[in-house]
Amino acid sequence: MEGPLLDFFRAARSAGLRISPAETIEAARAAAVVGFEDRQRLRDTLGLVLAKTIDEKRAYGVCFDLFFKRASFSDPAGKAAEASAGEVPPMPGEMPAGGEGEGGGGALAAALLSNDQAWLAAAIEQASREARLSEISLFTQVNLFTRRILERMGLGALEREIVRTRTAPRGEALTQARDALRERVRGFVEQNLLLFAEGRNQEFRARMLTQARLTAIDRRDHERMRVLVRAMAHRLATLYGRPRKRDRRGVLDVRRTLRRNMAWEAIPFRTIWKQERIEKPRLVVLCDVSGSVAAVAQFLLLFLYSLNEALAGLRAFAFSSALADVSDLLTTLPIERAIPEVMARSGFGSSNYGQSLADFEREYMHLLDSSTTVIILGDGRGNRTDARADILQRMANRAKQVVWLNPETRTVWGTGDSDMPKYTPHCRVSITCNSLFQLERVISELLRVG
Amino acid sequence: MSIAWQAQLDSIEATESGLESAGYIPSREIATAVYLSHHLQKPILVEGPAGVGKTELAKAVSRWLSLPLIRMQCYEGLDESKALYEWKYGKQLLYTQILKDRMGAALGDEPGMDAALRRLHGLSDLFFSEDFLEPRPLLKALRSPGGAVLLIDEVDKADQEFEAFLLELLSDYQVSIPEIGTIRADVPPIVMLTSNSQRDLGDALKRRCLHLHIGLPEARLEARIIASRVPGIDATLRRKLVAFVQELRGLDLKKLPSVSETIDWARVLVLLHANELEPALVRETLNVLLKFESDIEVVAGQLGELLLKAKPEAIPVR
Repeated sequence: MEGPLLDFFRAARSAGLRISPAETIEAARAAAVVGFEDRQRLRDTLGLVLAKTIDEKRAYGVCFDLFFKRASFSDPAGKAAEASAGEVPPMPGEMPAGGEGEGGGGALAAALLSNDQAWLAAAIEQASREARLSEISLFTQVNLFTRRILERMGLGALEREIVRTRTAPRGEALTQARDALRERVRGFVEQNLLLFAEGRNQEFRARMLTQARLTAIDRRDHERMRVLVRAMAHRLATLYGRPRKRDRRGVLDVRRTLRRNMAWEAIPFRTIWKQERIEKPRLVVLCDVSGSVAAVAQFLLLFLYSLNEALAGLRAFAFSSALADVSDLLTTLPIERAIPEVMARSGFGSSNYGQSLADFEREYMHLLDSSTTVIILGDGRGNRTDARADILQRMANRAKQVVWLNPETRTVWGTGDSDMPKYTPHCRVSITCNSLFQLERVISELLRVG
Repeated sequence: MSIAWQAQLDSIEATESGLESAGYIPSREIATAVYLSHHLQKPILVEGPAGVGKTELAKAVSRWLSLPLIRMQCYEGLDESKALYEWKYGKQLLYTQILKDRMGAALGDEPGMDAALRRLHGLSDLFFSEDFLEPRPLLKALRSPGGAVLLIDEVDKADQEFEAFLLELLSDYQVSIPEIGTIRADVPPIVMLTSNSQRDLGDALKRRCLHLHIGLPEARLEARIIASRVPGIDATLRRKLVAFVQELRGLDLKKLPSVSETIDWARVLVLLHANELEPALVRETLNVLLKFESDIEVVAGQLGELLLKAKPEAIPVR
């Protein structure tokens, strides 16, 4: 059973479970304790050792069922064959070439004609092991592996026999049986592809998307991106959602210091500092949703609105030529519907930063106080309108800090109609932000410092 | 080394019936976890929503095996002096005062400081011995002679540093005390950790544990739990109320009722001598099941419908 168990670990890893070598040892020990006879019990046991979160439990359940549902495990004949694997003779690979004498076509033909399911299942299992089927990684390899497995099972001899007895009823029967077998092996290979490669492919795509430019992401990948963004936000939220404290170095906490140093008659060898709470950030976000930045804006908004408990407050504004408050939209509608709504309300015009800043100052300046962080997302290209950097300066004076996220790389800031050089002096941080990876870095930094 | 209680854990079936005899109806997975925990010598990390019987499991195991239950409640700021051991500072001070007069005799009339010091070293670490050690729950569990059930409750409430501190205990059933040395458990205790998933626990901790997730039970299991915990209840009422609670769990509520709430509700109904689920009675006692005003409103609004939808037929009588 060692082989299948190892294959199962590989399949489980591909399904997204993080299994360390130590855990595989534990799992093998646990399986030895409960035995392999009762599949349900084995499922419970391995689940206890391998899957460590609810999500992993779910993935594990699916993977386990898929793995043990494969033909060779599910039909009872296959199980019988497995039990007596040592006796399943003679394995096709080792068949002497001259084995076609009486009957002809080798052991495979004999098994097909007598419909020996046990032999076939065992042969498929062994041939796929020899062909290293568990290393399959792309769907284009299905044909290749099918061919390899069939060849190892003795397809060559079978084909020759079919040619030799083409006209006889024996030939007819063999042709049919061969086609059925080919389908069966193909199905088996496809199942294995699903089992061993699906997770790895997903993971690869996810990694690519994290690094890809947000402006260049295809519409069909948006759903996957949302899942990724939510996962990132969830991770940050659990990390920073709890009340946090940090030492105020140099301010002694007398009571706790005395307690800590009781063993030395309260002579303070070990000092303990007073602590202060790290406040959760309150954010005011201004997103440029004109054509050039819209793609980035939607992921930024999705990210921020998935953070909920890690933030003390969040107001969102969208602008292109004029500013609009979109907080209510984003809180009431599910995000998939809210984003297009935001775009419809204020997007897709040519951007006018000066006008939008003026709108903000006129109506919403009271939102800013010493604990709010202003995040502005935009390329700073105001189509040669008045930049109104003086308003940004007043906002920076009122708020705790201003962070400017720009999807363009720093080298092109200030070229053409870009007003970035006028804005950057008033921002505590101004940074390029054009991939999920960069987005996550900026936001986690914000949350960490508080 | 064979101890009576260890023989009781010789199969999964025995574990299951044993827990039942202690008044805890385990799912198959729970019984497997307890059985494996003993045979692999690994702690169990129990996760799940509030009120599904995480803490109760530890109590049941201790009742069944007649082992002492040592419970440690975790909270923010818990450190090793409260979890593992502490020196009895007061006693140490008192004893030094009392023994002051005897010091002269002990040291004799050694000439010079060097000789006196050497003599003093010879007296060994009098004040840092086990007599002056105040054991806290973790140390108690390790030193308890016939084994014990150690429950580390709500480990997610403790700080991350404390989690790291638990690792040595969890993997080797031993702790190191600098002044004395390493203390090993003669009989490894059965260790259970519970967590409400307030924060994600570290991978290192999870790796050392069997991970058991107890969810809300399905109807059949819940009916058996009620039968065992509320023996006085009429069979038809029991099936009806379980079906109703299962129906509630399908709604979009802030806090779904868990097993402990179902048990409380069953007790209330028995106290009120109810024989069936009258809408008026259900409405009045809804606050036992649901803990949020908004949830109660949602359910009260569609009570008749829910009561109709609840199908006790699906639940076996026994």
